[in-house]
Amino acid sequence: MKRLVTSLISVSALALNATAFANESVMKGSQDPKQWVIQAGTYDNQRYSKLDQINETNVGKMAPAWSFSTGVLRGHEGSPLVVGDIMYVHTPFPNIVYALDLNDEGKIIWKYEPKQDANVVPVMCCDTVNRGLAYANGKIFLHQADTTVVALDAKTGKVTWSVVNGDPKKGETNTATVLPVKDKLLVGISGGEFGVQCHITAYDIESGKKVWRAYSTGPDDQILFDPEKTTSLGKPVGKDSSLKTWQGDQWKTGGGCTWGWYSYDPNLNLVYYGSGNPSTWNPKQRPGDNKWSMTLFARDPDTGVAKWVYQMTPHDEWDYDGVNEVPLVDQKIDGKDRKLLVHFDRNGFGYTLDRTNGELLVAEKYDPAVNWASKVDMDRSSPTYGRPLVVAKYSTEHNGEDENSQGICPAALGSKDEQPAAFSPKTGLFYVPTNHVCMDYEPFRVSYTPGQPYVGATLAMYPAPGGANMGNFIAWDATKGKIVWSDPEQFSVWSGALATAGDIVFYGTLEGYLKAVDAKTGKLLYKYKTPSGIIGNVMTYQHKGKQYVAVLSGVGGWAGIGLAAGLADPHAGLGAVGGYAALSNYTALGGTLTVFALPD
Amino acid sequence: MTDFAEHSKSRRAGKRRRVVLLLALCAAASGAGAEPRAAASSQDGKYFDAEGEPTYKVDASGKVDWYTYSGFLRYSAECLRCHGPDGLGSSYAPALADSLKKLSYADFLSTVANGRKNLEGGQEKVMPTLGLDKNVMCFIDDIYVYLKARSDEAVGRNRPPAHDPKPKAWEDAENACMGAPS
Repeated sequence: MKRLVTSLISVSALALNATAFANESVMKGSQDPKQWVIQAGTYDNQRYSKLDQINETNVGKMAPAWSFSTGVLRGHEGSPLVVGDIMYVHTPFPNIVYALDLNDEGKIIWKYEPKQDANVVPVMCCDTVNRGLAYANGKIFLHQADTTVVALDAKTGKVTWSVVNGDPKKGETNTATVLPVKDKLLVGISGGEFGVQCHITAYDIESGKKVWRAYSTGPDDQILFDPEKTTSLGKPVGKDSSLKTWQGDQWKTGGGCTWGWYSYDPNLNLVYYGSGNPSTWNPKQRPGDNKWSMTLFARDPDTGVAKWVYQMTPHDEWDYDGVNEVPLVDQKIDGKDRKLLVHFDRNGFGYTLDRTNGELLVAEKYDPAVNWASKVDMDRSSPTYGRPLVVAKYSTEHNGEDENSQGICPAALGSKDEQPAAFSPKTGLFYVPTNHVCMDYEPFRVSYTPGQPYVGATLAMYPAPGGANMGNFIAWDATKGKIVWSDPEQFSVWSGALATAGDIVFYGTLEGYLKAVDAKTGKLLYKYKTPSGIIGNVMTYQHKGKQYVAVLSGVGGWAGIGLAAGLADPHAGLGAVGGYAALSNYTALGGTLTVFALPD
Repeated sequence: MTDFAEHSKSRRAGKRRRVVLLLALCAAASGAGAEPRAAASSQDGKYFDAEGEPTYKVDASGKVDWYTYSGFLRYSAECLRCHGPDGLGSSYAPALADSLKKLSYADFLSTVANGRKNLEGGQEKVMPTLGLDKNVMCFIDDIYVYLKARSDEAVGRNRPPAHDPKPKAWEDAENACMGAPS
């Protein structure tokens, strides 16, 4: 292991001399609020813009300025980028990229359409979404559905380099964005429902050459752990920390996929991200904690070596992937300045950790409906320190195979899925799009065939008890673990939020509304119904002195599965079944970019 | 064009739609599968229609045969992520509760085993080849009779309220197909 680390360091040291750092490009771009150069806006993933031309007093007058059809009907996640005078728009499969000239009313400068084998389509879990592009050093980076990573010349759309990250025939696909850091491009992979052993990979940003790969499960030299130095909850993890938590070779089909968001702290030189569910969804078939699925990682981007890890849901029994975004903030806890990371996990707990060392500071439910665990054990002397205290009634492991565990909250799609939250340094609050949906879960035996789904559970989802709203848009104080305000939404909120210095927060809804609310109170200040349901993320930019707000609409993704026909509550009386609104009564398919501005 | 929109239309005008479908069926040659398939015979808890094709059995209380129940479980695990809950479709895959109104047993088996592609109209629809997937193929009759029951509206949304016990013959067939439990 030590030798591996040393050689990795020397390899990257060589590369360092040769290339301009992507950092400089990304940091310069993201410090300029007129641009939006990576999906999260900034490395810290706060999704906050300093632009304040549109603010709480005038946002009511905002109106669509122009729009653009992507020509694709599938679910549209992510957001466009703006670099200088060019806007870059991406689509779901077939993953078209458009460069639009903001100086010429959005005229298409170039269009890139990769040729991908359509057989990748059904291998993707839950629609063919793509969470967008990234820009650094004059290149636009796209990670296609078939796992081909391409670097496009930002001016011409010409392919500079391209590399294949995985094999769709084995169930390996991609939906995520990528993150340029230093001289590398960090890339994840999907396939948790296909028994893939997932990983994060660093490619040289100038050539596309693979530099390191770190798996989520497996031996130490595959997961790039230093048994003595990599820590979990303040203690070294020791040798074979992943292998010990799997039966036999099951880690080889262990999942732990890396399809979420990546953040980076340039001062600590650490990259943060989470891993997804262990495969299969039937917990009885994979005894053990299944490390390091469902885990937050802090890794050195030069070597890939993990500094610390924290597993949120050991031995998952509910499909609570840990891939959600990891925004980095500096706030006071108990009067002391702390370098924090915050993570709204699928499992319904909002975690606040010290990002320098992985110390667990806060873990509280951000939806009161969450019931599968009573709490996270915060007692440092307890043998279950840092673990969720699982309620037996909702444990699909405890209830066993061929038993239907009922009334589990949240549902498998989590109290929040990938749709990223925003943070405003002005209010010190997080703004979180959430799901308010529960489920029944029945695990059963499945067999593994490479490239075929490896699921092993039957699920039914329905709105949480006590109301018909399937979502909330909440404000959250991460230093205390408390909801400050909560706006109910008829459907799950599946759109990434944006907070601005104008003291407003934007998000989209599944009916298709772009909404602006007061950052302090949650009061609705503006709404406009776009052509389709919104599962994209809101972004903002400034061009020729004017602030614009942009969002992709185009319903689909997980939301397009469960909600198309409406959710039916299996526990309600017969008359109520089907009584919940079907999303198909509100919106239809179609990818459109809508750009908003104040009237002249 | 989209099944998503089609579905909502069908909810509003279900009756008219069924008539149109029947007309379409008369025009097509594959007539089998159009009518509700009453169980004509049974063996070891598995039911068959007059033509000897597998079908469902639902009693007045809503209790279903084991195969239909198993079909619900397997459908929900293997097919739901694309075809939506209760066979009702998603934003990108057809509602099989509708499809089985015209798709014959033989065509159903062949589509599942061999897949299907429709790459036009701005949304690529691809049904994978599942012929080698034991989690699907070992239970293909179960999934078929469940969807048939859904398409005939003999079974409603969600988990059937009650079901027959698991027949020994089913268990033997599962073990033979999947391999004995470890």
